Amino acid sequence: MNIVVCVKQIPDPASPGALDPSSNTLKREGKLVLDDTDRYGVEMALQLVAKAGGGEVTLVSMAPNGEVSGMREGLAMGAAKGVLVSDPALKGSDALTTAKVLAKAIQRAGAADLVLAGTESSDGYTGTVPEQIAELLGLPSITFAKKVDVDGSTVNVQRQTDAGYDEVTSPLPAVISVTAGVVEPRYPSFKGIMSAKSKPVDTCTAGDLGVTPAGWDGAGQQIVSVIAAEARAAGEVIEDDGEGFAKIVAFLENLKVI
Amino acid sequence: MAINTIWVYAEVAEGKPTAGTLELLTKARSLGAGTVAAFVVGDAGDAAGALGAYGAATVYATGDLGGKLPGPAGSGAIKALIDAGTSPDLVLFPSTYGARDVAARLSVKLDTTVLTNNTDITVAGDDVSVTTAIFGGNTLVTTKFTAGGPYLAMFRPKSFAAEEGGAGAGAVVAAPVPELGATGAASVIAVHTEASTGPKLDEANIVVSGGRGLGEAGKYELVEQLAKLLKGAPGASRAIVDAGWVPYSYQVGQTGKVVKPTVYIAVGISGATQHMVGMKGSKNIIAINKDKEAPIFGIADLGIVGDVHKVLPKLIEALQARG
Repeated sequence: MNIVVCVKQIPDPASPGALDPSSNTLKREGKLVLDDTDRYGVEMALQLVAKAGGGEVTLVSMAPNGEVSGMREGLAMGAAKGVLVSDPALKGSDALTTAKVLAKAIQRAGAADLVLAGTESSDGYTGTVPEQIAELLGLPSITFAKKVDVDGSTVNVQRQTDAGYDEVTSPLPAVISVTAGVVEPRYPSFKGIMSAKSKPVDTCTAGDLGVTPAGWDGAGQQIVSVIAAEARAAGEVIEDDGEGFAKIVAFLENLKVI
Repeated sequence: MAINTIWVYAEVAEGKPTAGTLELLTKARSLGAGTVAAFVVGDAGDAAGALGAYGAATVYATGDLGGKLPGPAGSGAIKALIDAGTSPDLVLFPSTYGARDVAARLSVKLDTTVLTNNTDITVAGDDVSVTTAIFGGNTLVTTKFTAGGPYLAMFRPKSFAAEEGGAGAGAVVAAPVPELGATGAASVIAVHTEASTGPKLDEANIVVSGGRGLGEAGKYELVEQLAKLLKGAPGASRAIVDAGWVPYSYQVGQTGKVVKPTVYIAVGISGATQHMVGMKGSKNIIAINKDKEAPIFGIADLGIVGDVHKVLPKLIEALQARG
């Protein structure tokens, strides 16, 4: 069973985000890390391939600057290879263009039985790319999966809903987006980290894939203003001296909710 | 492109339009378009009356999906209407599991961008702009659609207030789902509802949410106990949902529910960006956390720097004593 996992390399969320003043988009310079959200997809893929008793996991990613360090984290977890679409002309791509590029990259990676992705990235969180990829590839899709089992040529999924979850079944191939918590992602072993350095990453451009990069001009959207939101002021902060609860009771009384 | 026709992706639960649907219909009415319609993926049932009362002159409905997922079915039905000459200029979608899939597939079918996570929209002549909050809500970015329509925009819950003001029931028009081929091969075989008692998380007047600071799954019981005493709903940060302490339906935040209760009590929650987006619209915020540097204290009206395992039991006891 061969699985392709879409992964995104993002600026380290531990450092505060900033916008590039010239374009009003998120700065993506320097080292990028594997989006934590994607670790669930990588782990899910590794477990499904192991259970199927054969096959491999391929990562696909798009980055404007050739950055590969985040993808190496996924390779260190156990993925066999990667396809990285790197093209400065892709800078500023909207979700639809991103999906077009990833759909082509998935085809370049070889015939996949299953395509996995996170539900949304931690930096842009558009949340539409997995379903857009499915539409572009003409495949069924199940988004917000919290449990995934493959049985022969069928995938069975517990799909998150507002009220609980739905049991959804689909023939393979299919595209599935997994929620955080679907599985517990492994930490890469030392051996994994070392071997990841020599795993193949097929780097290509949008042109190689036959996609015309839309970039800023073709995105169908233009940022027209960026302003600071009205700040919510901090109120009273007190150290609990054993009577902190009484402050809360008084606060609630004052609001007449108790 | 002038905006003459606006469609709202309408969701119906137990025969009634959802709160998010009514919010978007109310907003659509205010945007100056000649026609506002609702598009229901599924059976409109008795909802045409309420949809009309909030502004939908027409209610397009696919009818029961028979277990098909909304994404391919809904986008296919909308595309078929557009191809037949009935096209909206703008479609407003709520941020829900089903609507997200429909908007995503429709954007591919129409080869047009879709803008998600918005909290506001303006129409000025030919210009349509939407606003989204980034960096945990401290920065507002406004984006204009620049290519041709139909424009597709998705909105966070509670972005707008819902008010009646339309007319009679919307006229129901069938919007059949075309043949979907492989894209429609996934089907729902069972529906599971997680039991919950008390008010719904996104409708409750008081919300008590727990986070990592509770230390262990068993301590979440304190949060539930407090919520019950206050006739509120228990919520959670993403951290403890991911850890499996509580179901996803409890999650407040960017990927969970947006809540705006009268009182929000954050217990052992540090205030990650992801969480703050979902609760900073609360009228009053109380935070209990042992780390006085926790970002949650930056937006709390009352902050208690202390051990939740000491503060919470005393608070519960004091409230119980009041009867």
